[in-house]
Amino acid sequence: MHQPNVIEASNLHLSFETNDGPVNALSDVNLSIKKGDFVSFIGPSGCGKTTLLRVLADLDEPTSGAVTVNGVSPRDARLARAYGYVFQAAGLYPWRNISSNIKLPLEIMGYSKSEQKSRVSKVLELVELLGFEKKFPWQLSGGMQQRASIARALAFDADILLMDEPFGALDEIVRDHLNEQLLKLWKSTNKTICFVTHSIPEAVYLSTKIVVMSPRPGRIIDVIESDLPIDRPLEIRDTKKFIELSQRVREGLRSGHSDE
Amino acid sequence: MSEKSKFFPVISVLTVIVILWYGFSVVLNSPWAFDQAKRNTISLSFPELVSKTWSQKRPKLPTPHQVASEMWNTTVHQKITSKRSLVYHTWITFSETMFGFLLGTSLGILLAIAIVHNRATAISVMPWIITSQTIPILALAPMIIVALGSAGFSGLLPIAIISMYLSFFPVVVGMVKGLRSPERLELDQMKTWSASGPQVLIKLRLPKSMPFFFTSLKLGMAAALVGAIVGELPSGGGGGLGFRMLSGSTFGNTLHIWSGLFSAALLAAALITFIGILQKVILKKMALEL
Ligand SMILES: Nc1ncnc2c1ncn2[C@@H]1O[C@H](COP(=O)(O)OP(=O)(O)OP(=O)(O)O)[C@@H](O)[C@H]1O
Ligand SMILES: [Mg+2]
Repeated sequence: MHQPNVIEASNLHLSFETNDGPVNALSDVNLSIKKGDFVSFIGPSGCGKTTLLRVLADLDEPTSGAVTVNGVSPRDARLARAYGYVFQAAGLYPWRNISSNIKLPLEIMGYSKSEQKSRVSKVLELVELLGFEKKFPWQLSGGMQQRASIARALAFDADILLMDEPFGALDEIVRDHLNEQLLKLWKSTNKTICFVTHSIPEAVYLSTKIVVMSPRPGRIIDVIESDLPIDRPLEIRDTKKFIELSQRVREGLRSGHSDE
Repeated sequence: MSEKSKFFPVISVLTVIVILWYGFSVVLNSPWAFDQAKRNTISLSFPELVSKTWSQKRPKLPTPHQVASEMWNTTVHQKITSKRSLVYHTWITFSETMFGFLLGTSLGILLAIAIVHNRATAISVMPWIITSQTIPILALAPMIIVALGSAGFSGLLPIAIISMYLSFFPVVVGMVKGLRSPERLELDQMKTWSASGPQVLIKLRLPKSMPFFFTSLKLGMAAALVGAIVGELPSGGGGGLGFRMLSGSTFGNTLHIWSGLFSAALLAAALITFIGILQKVILKKMALEL
């Protein structure tokens, strides 16, 4: 039952130097994430969710504190291609069709042509986009584009998936559907997922662990271990347990606000 | 603006220009016509004056139809290998332009790549690139011709170098902008895949710079043509539209000047239209139209 921590952060601080002086984006962040966890980060705008994810991905460097990903530094984890990162915008290249967009990281990582092909069809099946290989991004809806971008992050064998509000720009119905698919995908691949969101129901529905954050300075104010069952139909959102969890998240968010 | 709504403004401006042109032909060519009449002791009515000023063999200002028929005659009724053929001269200028354009575009792209990838290059080279364009090319061209001539190069190459000198600049400027056009998200994405510099260049920066590339090509092509024509002036003897205009000016043959000028304009229009078509087709295919 004892599983190693995939992500470990202790006493993490990060301040950005700006023209109006330093901005404390992260302050005293301590966090450990186990293999196979689905972790949501929730909090008001500016509380450092993106920054924390970017630190884990070695896109930003902490001012002080220690982080390890898979037991090594974020940089080494990045070079070992330990994670896939899904940005808020799908970021597909308009001049490449869906299949060759998904191949892009595989080409960069030097996979063989035949390997690329088999992986593309595998991940397209996972995100239910089979048959759209030859379509170009502009021919797809926003939700489909975002699924393609998730497929791209899944195509190489990263066992960590970092997702920064991947469904933020989508309407609620599409979002529900993608949430269901994401859960299914998480269960079938046993990846560790870090997921940033603004939505309480989304966080509670998806997560095994919910990290509630608060701004100025960006910090963690509550970490909630969810005891919802692994199998989660959408209707689970009407259960008592779900509502209790949501209330706890909401209280955390509110207490963060009253500090100001 | 749509093609249709552009049509009428363009046509009306063109009409005004042509009318003014004919008017000026009468004014500028009339002294000679009056002179002739005086010598033959006849007086000219206004219609006679007009018809005489519009049909002189060596007018100060030839009329549009004279220029057109000069161009027609020197294009169709001359062997294209003859020095009297406009095709011959246009071909020479065209090859110099293309040569200079290819050199200039390659140099421009290479410089832009170096500038985008290396801060030191950007800081050390950029001021020189800008300075290079502040030196009047007319002063520089004879020096380049002489210097290369004494090194044993003559003919096409020195002129192509001058043409390159003008054409690389818009390409550098445009391509630096184009290669820097990927957004932070796109660059971060590449970083998460641990892509190398050359991979980012080939898979992201170059494709993303295509709209800038074609705009640069158009400017570079126009500059290359100007460079080729300017380069022909001090070279002497080699032929080309610049040479023809210069000799026309030396011998007071205005028809040569004007027909050379129009050929150059037509050549420029043709080359730039060609790039424009490429631009449309390729950017459309890449879904990069702005
Ligand atoms: N590159 C940067 N330079 C300066 N300040 C920055 C930079 N990136 C983020 N910040 C600041 O750091 C703080 C945290 O930003 P961050 O983007 O992590 O917030 P967030 O929780 O993701 O917000 P949102 O929900 O709006 O995406 C904000 O105050 C922001 O202005
Ligand atoms: Mg954010």
